[in-house]
Amino acid sequence: MSSILFNVVVQGILTGLVYGLMALGLSVIFGVVRVVNFAHGEFAVIAMYAAYLLFSALRLDPLIAMLPIALGFFGIGYALQRLLINPFIGRPAHEQFILLVGVAIIIVNGLLMIFGPDARPTNLSYAFDSFAIGPLFIDKVRTYAAIAALAVTGLLFAFFRYTHTGTAIRACADNLVGAAVVGLDVKRLYALTFGIGLACVGAAGTLMVTIADATPALGPAYTLLAFTIVIIGGLGSMAGALIGGILIGVSEACAGFLITPSMKSMFSFALLIAVLAFRPEGLLGKRT
Amino acid sequence: MLRIENLDVYHGDAQALDGVALTVDQGAIAAIVGANGAGKTSLIHTIAGMHRPARGRIVFKGQDIAGLPSHKVCNLGIGQVAEGRQVFPSLTVAENLEMGAMLPRAKGKRVENLAFVLTMFPKLRERFTQAAGTLSGGEQQMLAIGRCLMGSPELVMFDEPSLGLAPAAVHDVLAAIRDLNRAGLTCVLVEQNVAVSLKLARQAYVLENGRVTLAGSGEALLADERVRQAYLGM
Repeated sequence: MSSILFNVVVQGILTGLVYGLMALGLSVIFGVVRVVNFAHGEFAVIAMYAAYLLFSALRLDPLIAMLPIALGFFGIGYALQRLLINPFIGRPAHEQFILLVGVAIIIVNGLLMIFGPDARPTNLSYAFDSFAIGPLFIDKVRTYAAIAALAVTGLLFAFFRYTHTGTAIRACADNLVGAAVVGLDVKRLYALTFGIGLACVGAAGTLMVTIADATPALGPAYTLLAFTIVIIGGLGSMAGALIGGILIGVSEACAGFLITPSMKSMFSFALLIAVLAFRPEGLLGKRT
Repeated sequence: MLRIENLDVYHGDAQALDGVALTVDQGAIAAIVGANGAGKTSLIHTIAGMHRPARGRIVFKGQDIAGLPSHKVCNLGIGQVAEGRQVFPSLTVAENLEMGAMLPRAKGKRVENLAFVLTMFPKLRERFTQAAGTLSGGEQQMLAIGRCLMGSPELVMFDEPSLGLAPAAVHDVLAAIRDLNRAGLTCVLVEQNVAVSLKLARQAYVLENGRVTLAGSGEALLADERVRQAYLGM
């Protein structure tokens, strides 16, 4: 029993890292641009379909497809911010909300029209292989996906910490007036940030096909998941998004194992409510 | 160097500037004096490209810059030391200075400008890796000035640089502005400390309800009966 539970926890952590990468995108966008991307999960599902198509047409492994998809998503995010969202910056929050909910609805229904409601599995040759480490049996796909998620997160941390552009984006989040005063091109940096946020979702969505089958209905579910994770971890905190992702991954896996898989969301929301009750700024969030 | 003609600026329906005209000569300190709400900060924000004017021209080195976005204005050589300092509190002093040097015009002079700033404000060298939010008000003001200088400006607008500082820091900041001007920097100075700013200024303008009501040399305004009554309490 205890070794099975241990296995379940490890699987949860691995899945949680991929969730964390997805939520990281949401957190970065909100932390800098101050826009809540209500179409976040829907973009993850577009990436899942892209990965599915690349795999069925070209036999491209999702771990490799992740790179071109993330790059494409960066471009989509950049253009979306420049053309669609920028005019809404500074408008009341409910107008931004409607805009992005609109985008989400278009994505879900567009995917329904193109692919239909059935789940599309990506059958990797190593889908059922696992590493045996002592009493532990760890899925190969989840391990690879988790390592890839960690690598992308690490790159992102380094980008924000050590590059001039990354520092400029942090400066915008820190003091917007100051950014204008020193002559930073805020609109361009916002577009870059939205691009980076969507690149995270693109990478995470691609990795997600190794864990779940692509279907349009996953969109709203993943949006909710990303919100839960970001609020648990602390809005705007990059490390918080990762830790929130791991917590949700483990809680989902344990709920599925100990009770029944259909109960897993209930535990995630219970965790969310507990955090809101006792530490409303999130685990690693800053008190404002 | 800078010539403003017939500038009208609105905040929504309220008119902040009404037909403002003024010039700033190369190498001068131009003081702008006025009560709270007279339009001083609106004027600076409009020149800096952070606010769009309804009418009028802002000519800098022969080019009309009215309505250009702030990053383009900065890159032409107009720097700003904003009211409230506006440093990046969670970034280090080094990163704050780096942000000042992001302008295309300043990229090649990064090393040279940094050496100049750290020589001028040795305190910043001591605090180099500290978060800017942990600095005292005076140190933050030096950082704000240093950050602006990292952009290789030819004209710098100082908005209330001594506001909220301890007396010793006020002296340091105003001395720094005087020294920078002697080294050739053209300055626009908006300062609550009217007596000191008029003493420093070669050109001076009084702004009242969005209009320029008085203009002259700093000395002349300092001797003007209306200025003495309204702003110097004499």
